Amino acid sequence: MTDYAIEASDLVRQFKNGPRAVDGIDLGVTAGEIYGFLGPNGAGKSTTVHMLTTLLPPTSGTARVAGYDVVTEGQNVRAAIGAALQEAALDPLLTGREHLRLQASLQALPRANRNERADELIARVGLTHAADRKVRGYSGGMKRRLDLAMALVHRPSVLFLDEPTTGLDIQSRTALWDEVARLAREDGVTVFLTTQYLEEADVLAGRVGIIDHGHIVAEGTTDELKAQVGRPTVEAIPDDPEDTPRLAEIFAGFGDPCGSTKGVAVRLRTGDTDLADVVRALDGAGIAVANLQLHQPTLDDVFLAKTGRSLEGSDEEETELARADLAAEPA
Amino acid sequence: MNTLADQVFLLARRSVVRTIRQPANVVAPLLFPMMLLAVNSGGLNAETRLPGFPTNSFVAFALAVPFIQGALFATMNAGTDLARDIQTGFLSRLSLTPMRGIALLAGQLGGVMALGIVQAAVYLAVGLLVGVRLASGPLGVLVLFAFALLVTLGFGALGAFAALRTGSGEAVQSLFPAFFVFLFLSSMNIPRNLIETTWFRDVATVNPVSYLLECVRSLIITGWDAEALALGFGIATAVAVVSLGLASWALRVRMART
Repeated sequence: MTDYAIEASDLVRQFKNGPRAVDGIDLGVTAGEIYGFLGPNGAGKSTTVHMLTTLLPPTSGTARVAGYDVVTEGQNVRAAIGAALQEAALDPLLTGREHLRLQASLQALPRANRNERADELIARVGLTHAADRKVRGYSGGMKRRLDLAMALVHRPSVLFLDEPTTGLDIQSRTALWDEVARLAREDGVTVFLTTQYLEEADVLAGRVGIIDHGHIVAEGTTDELKAQVGRPTVEAIPDDPEDTPRLAEIFAGFGDPCGSTKGVAVRLRTGDTDLADVVRALDGAGIAVANLQLHQPTLDDVFLAKTGRSLEGSDEEETELARADLAAEPA
Repeated sequence: MNTLADQVFLLARRSVVRTIRQPANVVAPLLFPMMLLAVNSGGLNAETRLPGFPTNSFVAFALAVPFIQGALFATMNAGTDLARDIQTGFLSRLSLTPMRGIALLAGQLGGVMALGIVQAAVYLAVGLLVGVRLASGPLGVLVLFAFALLVTLGFGALGAFAALRTGSGEAVQSLFPAFFVFLFLSSMNIPRNLIETTWFRDVATVNPVSYLLECVRSLIITGWDAEALALGFGIATAVAVVSLGLASWALRVRMART
């Protein structure tokens, strides 16, 4: 029990005259782990974070963070955690440096260390150039980085990040991912990260919990989760469109046909070792292909398999990543 | 460990800094009451010839109004700043620090009261510049400042209460016209005993704002009027106690951390 940095048992939050936003979840996050809490809008992610950070009392169930009970030892929990909640919680009229100094003072850091700690964090999140500018002039990414810095002022052992990259451009998002990964890797900080971005969970999280309608519907490492639903898909586009029926006939021998907009696709029956056999079969039949791709299962496939629908925001995510990929391509 | 006093000081300083960085929040409480004073003094000066009017200087009579009107601006400043903290999530961030809830309220109101002192000093300086002399003398100036602070505290706490209950700056701002109605239905422009319209005199008599004005006015015009001071300070204290109680309760509800 006490090995977990975050643990919850049958945690419930029922709002007055409303639904059960969180409906009996169990969690166990080990120290130094990055745990991704993935789900669509309204799934219960933020409500869970609010309960674990003592901002919202649970209706029932128990939860401990950094070894302290969130209901009876709230003050100890708050002393051990840092949190960057869904909106960057900043005062538009204060500068970045003033924010960090105020936070350092309210967190009761020794007077002699406050300015030094503020300057150190400003540098770490790359805001030195803007430290003395009022926050209302910051971009979304700068606000998020300052928000993260404020959560780190008192060197928390557990960090809660509630959709930290929502609305950020890909560069800002990547910079934040790097910092979060570094915190876990070098400082041993336990990170509880909620997100609706599949890529974010995939890149950052050691383990992922998928929440939907207040329930955790799947949990494990990203590889484990993909393996649960997961057989890879092979997709091919023939050079000559007239070869499409023959291509489909050959593919049918390797697994179950699945949708493809431009060519033919099949979900492999026994794993991606069959890819070589696919290539040999195409060669043997004399079918030339313009494109042949192996698609690994995604977390969206997992979400689809567990809930029967696709994760909200994934389209936006894919579009944004696609744009970034295009931008990265040499002219 | 931070003491409560440290926390209050930090948050009061933040409140002052925020106010200074919003020039409209500094200029409006200084400029508008002075403009109203100038307009009323010019237009209503003939009132001083009414039998029974307590002074031959309408400016001296009307100088009480800015002190109360300025306190109404304190309601706006305290309330809208706090509402912004709620809307931006800054209050949640503060809730995650070891800060005591009461420090937030005290700090916010401390900043508003600091501005209240500046306002009172400006109103008084303008009055002295145009020839008003306080009948209560130098000690009266101190009492006047103490009263202005008490009224600012009471109205500021009402603004904080509205912000904490609604979480909306717009809701706080909607209080301003309502408070102005109280001001206009008081003895703001004429002594109560000279109001001839019965319903207006009755409304002004039950309107607590009349007694706040008359308290200030007594220090300027009469000297030491125990009844006016007792009523003024009594009502201002009651407003402050009730509004602080409501604001503290609303803060506890708003910051319902475990």
